[in-house]
Amino acid sequence: MSNYNQEMIEKYRGNFLKEVQDNVEEGDWVKMCMQCGVCSGSCPLGPHWEHPPQEIFMMIRAGKREEVLESTSMWMCTSCYNCIARCPRGLPITHIMHGLATYSKRLGLAPQQQPTAKFAQLFWDNLVKKGRVNELKLGLSLYFMNGFGEGIKTSLKMKDIGLNMLKAGRMTPMEMLGGHSCKDTKGFQAMLKKAQELEEARIGKHGN
Amino acid sequence: MSDLKIGAYICKGCGLGERLDCDQLATVAQRDGKAQVVQQHDFLCSAEGVKLIQNDIDNEGVNRVVIGACSRRAKTEAFDFQGVNVSRCNLREGVIWVRPDEDDMRETTQEMAEDYIRMGCAEAKHSLIPASAQEKGTDNTVLVVGGGITGMTAALEAAKTGYPVVLVEKTGELGGYVGKMWKDVPMHAPYTDPVDTATAAMAAEIEANSLITVHLNSTISKTSGAPGRFAVDISTESGSTTTINIGAIIQASGATPYDASQLPELGYGKSKDVVDRVELEQLAIAANGGPIKRPSDGKEVKKVTFIQCAGQRSEKEGHLNYCSGDCCLTSIKQAMYFKDQNPDIETEILFDDLRTPGAPGEDFYRSGQDKMVTFRKAVVSEVVGGSNGPVVKFKDKILDEDVEEEADLVVLATGMVANSGVDIDEVPQNEPGEWEVSVDSILNLNYRQGKDLPHLKYGFNDSHFICFPYETRRTGIYTCGPVRRPMDTQQAIDDATGATLKAIQEIENAKVGRAAHPRSGDLSYPIFRKEGCTQCKRCTVECPFGAIDEDEKRFPVFNESRCRRCGTCMGACPVRVISFENYSCDTVGQQLKNVEIPEEWDEKPRILVLACENDAYPALDMGAQQGNHYSQWARIIPVRCLGSVNTIWITDALNSGYDGVILMGCQKGENYQCHFVKGSEMAAVRMSKVDQTLETLNLEKERVETYEVAITDIDRAPGLINDMAETIEKIGLSPFKF
Repeated sequence: MSNYNQEMIEKYRGNFLKEVQDNVEEGDWVKMCMQCGVCSGSCPLGPHWEHPPQEIFMMIRAGKREEVLESTSMWMCTSCYNCIARCPRGLPITHIMHGLATYSKRLGLAPQQQPTAKFAQLFWDNLVKKGRVNELKLGLSLYFMNGFGEGIKTSLKMKDIGLNMLKAGRMTPMEMLGGHSCKDTKGFQAMLKKAQELEEARIGKHGN
Repeated sequence: MSDLKIGAYICKGCGLGERLDCDQLATVAQRDGKAQVVQQHDFLCSAEGVKLIQNDIDNEGVNRVVIGACSRRAKTEAFDFQGVNVSRCNLREGVIWVRPDEDDMRETTQEMAEDYIRMGCAEAKHSLIPASAQEKGTDNTVLVVGGGITGMTAALEAAKTGYPVVLVEKTGELGGYVGKMWKDVPMHAPYTDPVDTATAAMAAEIEANSLITVHLNSTISKTSGAPGRFAVDISTESGSTTTINIGAIIQASGATPYDASQLPELGYGKSKDVVDRVELEQLAIAANGGPIKRPSDGKEVKKVTFIQCAGQRSEKEGHLNYCSGDCCLTSIKQAMYFKDQNPDIETEILFDDLRTPGAPGEDFYRSGQDKMVTFRKAVVSEVVGGSNGPVVKFKDKILDEDVEEEADLVVLATGMVANSGVDIDEVPQNEPGEWEVSVDSILNLNYRQGKDLPHLKYGFNDSHFICFPYETRRTGIYTCGPVRRPMDTQQAIDDATGATLKAIQEIENAKVGRAAHPRSGDLSYPIFRKEGCTQCKRCTVECPFGAIDEDEKRFPVFNESRCRRCGTCMGACPVRVISFENYSCDTVGQQLKNVEIPEEWDEKPRILVLACENDAYPALDMGAQQGNHYSQWARIIPVRCLGSVNTIWITDALNSGYDGVILMGCQKGENYQCHFVKGSEMAAVRMSKVDQTLETLNLEKERVETYEVAITDIDRAPGLINDMAETIEKIGLSPFKF
């Protein structure tokens, strides 16, 4: 567990709602939830969530810090925006879910084995290298995400689709050798670095 | 009064001329209706048509106008002739619009129209022109009972319109419950923060107003008389009594906070740190904007928990069954007392259903959320003592888990109990001539039916929630504020304004002997033939408005300006000695007797429909507008209220050969729609005994049906008539056709 997490625990001493308000993107909306449950009812993945959004909001207000931040729930959000469209109080629920996921990851509390969380990391790592997503590598890393054996199995299962894509010119094996990049990779990475610095500064400014 | 002269006017407009043989109708009016003047016109409600009638009134001495045209509900302004009686024969909505325009139907449609002309003329012949009540109001003063926010608003509003006001307050100061608050829920946008209460400024304004006389430490020991001339005894604590003449009364006696000591399970009485919402206001006043300290040890409150619906919305013995309507807003406001002073104080509101009615409602709730008040949907099971303060045990209904939380202070959001005086259904009445003051009574009315305004439900005074909110069952006495239903400050203020207008209206009505709602402007009043009276007391007991007292010999004493002209007394009277000039056992009885009853072998049944003029009759009219047809055998007579239906009409109808009788009244009971509150209920009681009459006549009981018809039943009401026609087809015609 990171020091950062410990810092936050000490800083907010049980006032998790305030912590969320200060640190989570759109987190200041959480207090405005009126517990109608329309978000939970609207979520196409609702039944598969450990805690649907309405419950997450109530848990935040009830101070259930670990349960919320270690939850897999907000990682289940597919950004369909049904909840935002329907929320009578106008809460940006999708954004709050992503905000919570980001925050839990920053604290080092995000669930390790949650597939969406894993995939998000793979996607990010893939993207930052060249400024473009290398689809072949991303696909393969996704296949092998859960180990070598499963990777081989999935690859064999998908081989016909892969060959057809090759024939149709939708995929080239040459991408394995580095692959194409954006025009100015260095510039792109400098940009990311600057963004990172700004983000750190923002967090630092809030006294984290 | 000049001799009776009937003028019958038949309109040929709106298709009446094409569908009906109007010449024949004119003949009927003259021959059967004995109308001395009969005229036809192509467009009777036009200026020219109206002039024709007015001319006959002015120059021919016509004093009973029979108009064969549209429904009595249409063209009321055109056919509003002064100083004469107007009878309307409903040929449009009652005949041509409810019958198909087909050749083989022409005969029966014409018969319907002719019968309505006969009925109109019969009504005209047997009615007198109302002379207006003999009792006239003389007093302009408005009495306001209660010096809280409601009463003060009423007093100021009445004074602003120039009426003198007498304000009676039981305690030693004005302000009432709101006056004891630290702050109030905001009444103007933005609805974000609690605001100072308005009571102190209002009390000063009242003091400065020369039209308002205030009686503090005073109660009402006797109210007698009638609207426009009440005599009210105001007694002070010291025992002195003043009698004041009053025009109308506004009862704003408010509500008492529910006694929280009945809630030991919520820790009240066991821990000093469990308080009700009134006590929290006191703590806030003591803090005067600083940190609120808890009662037990004076420690500054760092965590406060509000428990909503404490002793309310519960079926448990001793609890209130209803929602008091303002406690959610009050708790939000009180939570802000803490948050506004120190945002770090934890404030939690445990609610089951959060209800924030009124203009500030939703915005104020949001503001509470914005200030980080925590709202938790929960059911509290109990509050017990903890090491540092009371511990609240509850089940969180969203997280579905049992929680125990310690707080420094627990606030119970208790409800309100109406100060509605004694329940006259429970408290025995004084014998006539013997008067005793009740300390529990608010008004101490010396009415035959009891000392206070009747209750409807949960001890609140009876007043219709939607249609006529300030009207009580005592004419000239209006309730407003939480005495008639639970409400918050804003609603109480609006309510007081409305009740004041009603009071002023009644003062003006009483001056000219006019009826109040719903027969506004009616100048008729009950006339009573004492010689025939058997002192049975039915009228004095059944009058929904307590208008009839009794003298020592148990004869009824009518108070005309208390009367609302529903005719329930007339319907109740077994010896038929009560009547109105323009509405009596005769005016209706003669209408139904003047319908031509065909011989048995004609196979033309007749169905008498007595329809309430407030709801059922409009429903039938509107059904006709929608093109809903009904049986050609029906003959409809509007009645003021089903309560005015005297069983003699049913007997007469059956004896004269009607095959079926339908009574259409309003919904009765707790959610009544009856404009006269109890009329339809009384009718239902009476009609339940009609079966015996039918039995003695050896008739099937299906021949008389009583229905509750709402004004929206535009499809159902015509259907009920058709059902009766079918029933008659099944059971056969009445054997009483001579």
